[in-house]
Amino acid sequence: MAFVLRRLLHGGFVLLVMSLLVFVAVYAIGNPVDLLVDPNADAADKARTMAALGLDQPLFTQYLHFLKGALTGDLGHSFIHGTPAVTLILERMPATLELAVTALLLALVVGLPLGLWAGARKGWPAKVVEGIALLGFSLPTFWVGLALILVFAVVLGWLPPGGRGPTIEILGIDLSCLSLEGWRYLLLPAATLALFKTSLLIRLTQQGTVRALAGDAVRFARSRGLSEARIVAVHVGKPLLTSLVTVVGMEFGSVIAFAVVTETIFGWPGMGKLLIESINTLDRPVIVAYLLVTTTLFVILNLLADLACAALDPRLRLGAEETGHG
Amino acid sequence: MPMKTPRILFALLLGLALHLPVQAADLSIGLAADVSSLDPHYLNVAPNIAIASHFFDTLVTVDADSKLAPGLAESWKAINATTWEFKLRRGIKFSDGSELTTEDVVFSLNRPATLTNSPGPFTPFTKIISGKQAVDAHTLRLTTSQPYGPLPLDLSSIFIVSKKAAENASSEDFNSGKALVGSGPYTLLRFKRGESIEMARNALWWGYRDGRATQWDKVTFRLLPADGPRLAALLAGQVDAIEGAPAADLPRLKADARFHLEQRISWRTLFLQLDQYRDKSPFITDANGKALEKNPLKDARVRLALSKAIHRQALTERTLEGLGVPAANVVSPGILGHVAARKVEAYDPDGARQLLQEAGYADGFSLTLHGPNNRYINDDQILQTVAQFWSRIGVKTKVETMPLSVYFGRLRKADFSIGLLGWGSLAGDFALKNLVATPNAAEGWGAWNWGQYSNPKVDQLLHESLASVDDGKRRKLAEQTATAALGDTALIPLHHQIATWAMKKGLRATPRLDEFTFAWQFRPE
Repeated sequence: MAFVLRRLLHGGFVLLVMSLLVFVAVYAIGNPVDLLVDPNADAADKARTMAALGLDQPLFTQYLHFLKGALTGDLGHSFIHGTPAVTLILERMPATLELAVTALLLALVVGLPLGLWAGARKGWPAKVVEGIALLGFSLPTFWVGLALILVFAVVLGWLPPGGRGPTIEILGIDLSCLSLEGWRYLLLPAATLALFKTSLLIRLTQQGTVRALAGDAVRFARSRGLSEARIVAVHVGKPLLTSLVTVVGMEFGSVIAFAVVTETIFGWPGMGKLLIESINTLDRPVIVAYLLVTTTLFVILNLLADLACAALDPRLRLGAEETGHG
Repeated sequence: MPMKTPRILFALLLGLALHLPVQAADLSIGLAADVSSLDPHYLNVAPNIAIASHFFDTLVTVDADSKLAPGLAESWKAINATTWEFKLRRGIKFSDGSELTTEDVVFSLNRPATLTNSPGPFTPFTKIISGKQAVDAHTLRLTTSQPYGPLPLDLSSIFIVSKKAAENASSEDFNSGKALVGSGPYTLLRFKRGESIEMARNALWWGYRDGRATQWDKVTFRLLPADGPRLAALLAGQVDAIEGAPAADLPRLKADARFHLEQRISWRTLFLQLDQYRDKSPFITDANGKALEKNPLKDARVRLALSKAIHRQALTERTLEGLGVPAANVVSPGILGHVAARKVEAYDPDGARQLLQEAGYADGFSLTLHGPNNRYINDDQILQTVAQFWSRIGVKTKVETMPLSVYFGRLRKADFSIGLLGWGSLAGDFALKNLVATPNAAEGWGAWNWGQYSNPKVDQLLHESLASVDDGKRRKLAEQTATAALGDTALIPLHHQIATWAMKKGLRATPRLDEFTFAWQFRPE
């Protein structure tokens, strides 16, 4: 419990530092009013606009004002949309999460078996799978996305080139994955986003498998005459699982981060696309809100991953070493 | 019975006619920018205005060639120097069936000033109006606080909303459609923020735009700000047409028989602004990098030399691959204040060197040229090209570009010595008021004249031009102003940009000078 609390406190500190950094950074880039106010506006118009948005105050005052609001859950209104920034983010969050989860599942479904297979068999299968993984690592996401659009949407015409298509509402959340038509829109961006993670999983699983197979546990198991399937499942699979849960938990954050590029390429109406547009227009409340929301998500997921690892492997007593009661 | 057959036949025919599927005409268009709000008075930026034009009308409209045309007002005239009278069309209905009256117009003219949280208010168009008097349900008198010629043009930017629907509405109520009650050609079906806007033909619409009624029953605008996805959407047939067809892909689209392009010179003119007030300009040194005593750009001969050194024909044909035409003005041909007699400055490197010598810069000098890298067609390359031309006459030029969000703020703070700017305006005197009038923050003059060019004669002419309510007189004065300012090389015009729309075969469009994309521009071939 103390561990969980400490982690949450730590997370809160990260949020604070993050919000301060973003504030200063966006302030340093420029003034959104310079971009938005009509060229014909006179000084009074501009001053009034600055005052209405609170931009006439010193940066420190602006930040304190923001903190005060943030404590009550109010991250301010978007300059451009006039809507609460949190609303904008939450409105788009399901799209991003759906994309990220689909991509991660795709990576698991493809990456795990391939990695296991390549790790268990030496020789050419390992080489081929390694080659595929290397390709997945080295190809830039935006290029892969564009290539997929070109092939499957433009040349073959099988899938739509972008957008989200129809969604079905479940518990107030719009989802694409509940209809075939929705999947047609989801598939390409999810595959693009999954590519890097798939490669990572292949490599991790493969190396883990090779290491486990060479280990004492497997040798003893073999000598005990256990079946190969059981060996792979228990003595290779289990140790792999804990490290995979950590990686997947951490990688989920980076999937969301990479989604920024993928969403932009596919016009997927998620948080990432919103972030890019907000950076272009210096819409600070939205930029800050996005980062705070994703950081929170990241902190929580990491925590969950740690808890899951502890559940999977009793040797990992959470916080034991840290508190010195090990 | 002989009578029966024809009757049956008739009934059959009628039945057939009724049941023949009337081909619903749908159109989908990929827009190059995000639309942030459907409240037509919330944010004064082009993408929002483009969409609002489908739902709402204005008193005065601007046609494809940027000429003023009757909108809700069928006529208007200046009664005296500060009073204008507008006659409203009769029988105009809002989409909720209620009638549009002068009361709605007055409400709409007052509304921009009440939206205090707007980051880009419409008040620059309304604040000059000091009095609004509804003479009767269809006659409106507007008084301006000083003589002001461009009032009808300004009014083409203020959308008329229903007082009843908008009175207590927030901007969010427009986005949801609740308060979105207009008299325009379309009504909202669905606004998916950041994704698309779907609209249906308004059966109660009174008229036509640009001389034609709209043909499309359902129109979907997809918001595709990034070039790649927008083009892909067209290539894959997800949209029927796109605006802002990416320059790099035009040759390919041109060669593809499945697509058709529409192009025209747009209102956007690109030019270089020069620091003309500081003695020591931040990015100018002598040829060896040492500080100069004087700022060479203050000398009109140097400014002219820099202009003469640019081969605009080569710039537009090669660097822009034909997506621009050389400019001698700050507004495009056909716009009030465009001086047709002004010749494009001829490429004359020898003459330029001669001028530099006369001005005392026989050895040239060094400077850095600044500009955006994500705003105008090939903006980065344009600056590189200009730098090469200038280096040829001994002005060693470096180029530094940056994203627009950084650039605009720094430019207006006068962080640079020379900066690239593009300007779209429907009146030359208007543009010059922002670009070359002596800066005066209180009056809003010279708001973008960061280089602080200042010429009393130009200021005087500008005042007279903007105060003329007589169109012919104003036109003449606006041209005189432009001649005076450009004759002094207050700024260096480069080119007028060419805008491109791409669409699938079988569609045609009337491209607009002001670069707006409206559904009624498109029609089947």
